[in-house]
This record gives sequence, C-alpha cells and structure tokens, in this order.
Amino acid sequence: MKQDIILAGVGGQGIISIAYVIASAALEEGLELKQAEVHGMSQRGGAVQSHLRLSRERIWSDLIPRGEADLVLSVEPLETLRYVDYLRPDGMVIASRTPFVNIRDYPEVETLLSKIREIHRHLIIDSEKLAKEAGSSRTQNMVMLGATARYLMVKEENLTKFIKSLFERHGETVVAANLKAFALGQAVAAAADFVPASNGNRGRGGE
Amino acid sequence: MKLEILLGDEAVALGAIQAGLSAGYSYPGTPASEIMEYLIKVAAETKAFIASWSVNEKVAFEEALGVSFAGKRALVSMKHVGLNVAADPFMSSALTGANGGLVIVPADDPGMHSSQNEQDSRFYADFARIPCFEPSNHQEAYDMTRQAFDVSEKLGLPVMIRLVTRLSHSRSSVRPRDPRGQNKLRFGASRDWTLLPVNARRRFQTLLDSQADMVRLADESEFNSLRLSANNRSLGVLASGIAFNYVQENLSDLENPPSLLKVGTYPLPEKLIRGLVDHVETVLVVEEGYPLIERSLRGFFGVAGKTIRGKLSGDLPLTGELSPEAVRPSLGLKPLDRLDLGGFKLAARPPQLCAGCPHADTFHALSKALREYDKSNIFSDIGCYTLGYYPPYQAVQTCVCMGASVSMAKGGAEAGIHPSIAVIGDSTFGHSGLTPLLEAAAADTNMTVFILDNCTVAMTGGQPSYASGERLLRMIEGLGVAQNHIRVIEPLPKNLDKNAQVIKEEIDHHGLSVIVAVRECLEEAKKKRRSG
Repeated sequence: MKQDIILAGVGGQGIISIAYVIASAALEEGLELKQAEVHGMSQRGGAVQSHLRLSRERIWSDLIPRGEADLVLSVEPLETLRYVDYLRPDGMVIASRTPFVNIRDYPEVETLLSKIREIHRHLIIDSEKLAKEAGSSRTQNMVMLGATARYLMVKEENLTKFIKSLFERHGETVVAANLKAFALGQAVAAAADFVPASNGNRGRGGE
Repeated sequence: MKLEILLGDEAVALGAIQAGLSAGYSYPGTPASEIMEYLIKVAAETKAFIASWSVNEKVAFEEALGVSFAGKRALVSMKHVGLNVAADPFMSSALTGANGGLVIVPADDPGMHSSQNEQDSRFYADFARIPCFEPSNHQEAYDMTRQAFDVSEKLGLPVMIRLVTRLSHSRSSVRPRDPRGQNKLRFGASRDWTLLPVNARRRFQTLLDSQADMVRLADESEFNSLRLSANNRSLGVLASGIAFNYVQENLSDLENPPSLLKVGTYPLPEKLIRGLVDHVETVLVVEEGYPLIERSLRGFFGVAGKTIRGKLSGDLPLTGELSPEAVRPSLGLKPLDRLDLGGFKLAARPPQLCAGCPHADTFHALSKALREYDKSNIFSDIGCYTLGYYPPYQAVQTCVCMGASVSMAKGGAEAGIHPSIAVIGDSTFGHSGLTPLLEAAAADTNMTVFILDNCTVAMTGGQPSYASGERLLRMIEGLGVAQNHIRVIEPLPKNLDKNAQVIKEEIDHHGLSVIVAVRECLEEAKKKRRSG
C-alpha cells in the first residue's frame, strides 16, 4: 500500500508545514516516506510544490513519477492545475478556491475552478473563509490538510498531534487556531459527500 | 539509535558530527545551505565543535584545510558553483593531502532550480584525483559521510561527497549510529604541506600512486553493487547516485529486467564495470549531471562489440534533471497513463521580490534617475536583487557570478558605457566585491556601484552578513573610495525623488561613486519580531 501526494501552492503559503505534519505522522506509524521540497529562489513568491510519498514498502524515487500521484492537495487554484499531469487517470484533487494573485496575467478564478471541476474526483474548499472562522487567515494550509485528512493513509489523530508540536512554540492561541482550522476542513470534507475512486459519479465541491 | 526524518543535507551534517567533526565551514548557497544550518544548530546546543559561515567558499575551504593540518576532522560545504570559488585551494589540497579527515560537500543543482549553471562536481573530484562518494538516498548520505572521514584519514586525502538538489532538499528517515570522539591536535608534516616545486612534484607522484588503491576500494565498496541477470544478456544498466532510484522505480514495469550495476563511489569500480560489460551487449548509463561515466566508458572509440548508451547517444537528455519519467524511454517503456485535461495554457509564476522589499525602492529610484541617459547599463550580482530582471522593474541586464557586477561594470565603463552601474548586496560584496572595488578605486573608474545593505543573506534564508552597517562603510572608505562620493540612501517610497537626485549627482560625477542603500530585509525583520 502506498500514497503519492503532490502538495502545491505559492512560496510562503505553508506547503512545507503540511508536509511536515503528514511526514511526522507517517514516521510515527512506521511507514516509509520520502518528501522532496523546494527551497531557495522559488520560495520568493513563486510556484512551489512538494512531492510526498508514503508507503509500507521501500520507496525508490524522491520524485513522484508523472501518472502515479494519487492526490494533488493545493492551497491555491492556479497552482492546482500546474500539477494535474502528475495524477493517475482516476487521481483526486483537493483544492482551495482562494486565489493568491501576485502576477499580472492571473486568470479569472471561475475559469480555473471550472477546469478543476473537469477532474472526475475533485473537492474545492473555501479555505479563506474557514481560516478566518478559525481565527487567522494564515491557517488556510491547515484547513486544506483537514479537508484531506480522511483520504490519507495516516491516522487523523496523529495529524492533530503533529499540528500541536509544529505550532507549540508560537503559543496556545496559534495552536488552537490551527487545530480549529484543521477541524473545519475535516467537517467540510465529511459533509461534501465526496465520491470514492470506484464510484462513477462526479465529484462535488464543498463550496 | 532512533530513526530521524532528515533532509539529505542534514543527513550529511549528522554523519559528519557523529564521525567526530571538529569544525565545519561554508558560505550560504542553495541547495547546500541546510548542511551548515544543521551544524550550527547542533553546535549551539552541544558546544562540542565549531560551525560557522565563512565570508566565501575559498576562505571556508582554507579554514577547513587548516583544521585538517592540525590533525582534526573538518567539513566544508558549498553549492556547486561555490567550489569554483574554492577551486584554488581545492586542487592543491589533493597534493598537501589531509591530516585530520577532510570532507568536501558540494551540492549540485541539475535543472538549475536556483543557480546559474548545472556544472557537475564529480568532474572536480576526477580533476583533482581524489575519491568521491555519490549517495542515492538519505541513509547513504549519512553512512557515506562517516565513511568519507575514514577514507580521508586512511588515504591521507580530501574526500568529496557529491549531492544534488533532489537529495539535499528531500526528507526521509535515517538511522544514525553511535557517535565517536574527535581527534587530538597533531600537526601535518611541513615537507608535505609546503607546496614548493620540490615538494609538490613528490606529492603529485604520491597522489598518482594512490589511484590504484582508490579503484580497489571502489571495487570492494558496499555502495557499489552488481546484479547480473541470467535471463537478460542484451541490456545492462549502470546507474549512479539518485539516478539509480529512477531506474529502480521503473524496473517492475519491465518483463525481463536488465542486469544492474549501482555506482556510488569514484574513481569507478573497474572490476564491477567489466563484469557488467562482459555480460551484456548494450550498456545504458544513467547518471544525474554531465555524462562523466558514459564518457569514461566510451572513450574515443567505444568498447569493441558493445553499444554504450546514455546522454551522449541521445537516449537520455543532456540538460536538466532526471526523473522517473525521463528515464522510462531509455528502458523501452512508454509513459504512464495520466490524468488528461487536454492542452491548456497556464500563467507562469516566477519568483519575485516580496511586497515592500527595499530592493524594489532602490530599483524605482535608479530607474527614475536613469531616464535621462540613453546608454546606461546595470550589471547585477547574485542575490534577491537579481529578481529586478523581471517586470515591473526590468532593471538589470547581467548576472554571472559572485562579485562580477563590480568588475563587469568597470570593464563596461572602460569599453565606453556610461552610466555604468553595478548592483551588489552586502554579503555578496563581502564575498567577492572588495577586490574589484579596490581596483576601481585605484583607477577612479567612471562608474557607480550600488551596495544594497539589507543586513543579511536574504535569498538563502537570512544568514549573517560580514559586510554590513558601519563596518561596510568603513570598508568602502578603506578601499580608497573618495569620502564625498560614498553616499548613503534609505530606500523607501517617500524618499524616491531625493534618492533619484543623489543617484543622478553621483552618475554625473566623473569617477567612482559608491551608493549604499540601507534598509533591513523585511523577512528578517519579521522573523526577529516573531522570536521577540
């Protein structure tokens, strides 16, 4: 059993934090893992991605082969589409609908969302709204992790454990906001009645 | 010991610490920075060894060499192009040899994620004739680093660990082993370490004589392994470093898997390679970087009766980094089926200066001042400000290597460019800008040098800068720049007109001017606020 996940977003949106939480949970559960990430120049407001591979068996490549990713988890709609060709034909996309506009030719958000909806298994999350509800718009990454939690091969309680350890040094308020963001993401995903891989129905947004 | 999740860079650092490291030196550069970040973090906790950023890679290398001369173990790390800066001591260190274990860790950047070229450091190891390890995963990065110190002390030579971005910046689990202690102080022999011709000739012969030992070590190394397939005499694959993973990733899709030779050490294991070549008709060489192994195998005339395939034959791409899918066609495999949304164009999102960055204000003022001149040129350097190339600034016309802005602006001015302008950051100036400015000051070249003092090495994550603040101003004056043409501006939107006026005055001064734009990096200021 294995799971290959592409994490996508813009530098500064907290992709590496999502990766840290999932990877730590995987180590806790005795899984093999590899996680390739981007440092350096691209972090300055550019497109960033992380390849996260979990498996019960040996993992060879640090990069996910194109056509083998099970999931694209994206904190940004334009960045979602940048990596869809990594997905296997029945791969799944969980994407934020909140655009991060720092380029002049940023497309209409609706155009991006309708393209995402063409993917058979998709879930679109209003991460900005939920993050604000959790107390800080900076928790969008944890909203997205919460929305994905039920589809991951690691246990949800292990994810919350490492969210706590990640934000511990920033104080209780920050930990609480991130845990709430995670829970709100979980709830939206649960209510979204998202279809499993074998089912022929279209995915449905949790918007 | 317990498993730890580490970056490839961190696995090397931990391996070095537990091999009994006494001192580590480096200059920040992607993808190598995290080696020193990790060393500094552990050194701060344990106070057991020295770990510090150097002013540049040459200095870092020589500091490490001094530690080795003193009989203790040293590590020096840098990004690939940093080894160019350190190439002078590096090449000669193969002749002095190592007294205490000396390990050099360049991190290459195939695909140029954050670099100006994709040079392959294995060629440097080959050039200097020293051993090189090339890890394929995190555990190997840890194990090879420990072994590199042993080999260095056994052969009395510096040893290289070659990393690449995908290993440096990937995380995976590593199982560390029991640490060992450090060496005691024990001086090197002056007849070995004083490279006068009389000594250097003898030392070079000694180096040449040890090549056979290195090859024997490679043939016996646990990091090289040959698996011959009785059922497949047609194809054999020779794969090194992380390229080995990309081959493995695809093997299960092959009905009749080829023989496979994994290479992790250099000079190459000759017996193992002969074993593979004798067994098959065609050898496919898969390596990350330039075709070093493939070229060694082919020579001018190839191997009689055998076909050698790889990057030179066009079976694999000569540029960029490898990936599982890049390797598939060379193994005769079709691309995997993947999700297809039809063709659609996606807006690119290049890296850019942060909102409110002081460099942006400097570029705005500079552009405003330059409107009155039609033949200006801005020579840039390596740092965040290189992003001034992109819209909306489109302010810089060159970026070559550390320090090149100042020397190129001088050359440009001497060729007739006016205004000829250099833009360089404070840390880059400390790294390689002092010497060309010394020369420009002596010649009083008609050019304007901008030193952007944001008080940090911003692009690589905020390491400390040696050439910042008051010290920077004293340095500029000390190099001989006329005091009344050293101007300090504060790059802020409200100062736009005032700053443009200062710039114009200095451009119109016939001779050398230095304008220091001082404002702290926003990211660093934010970090400081957060940590109180």
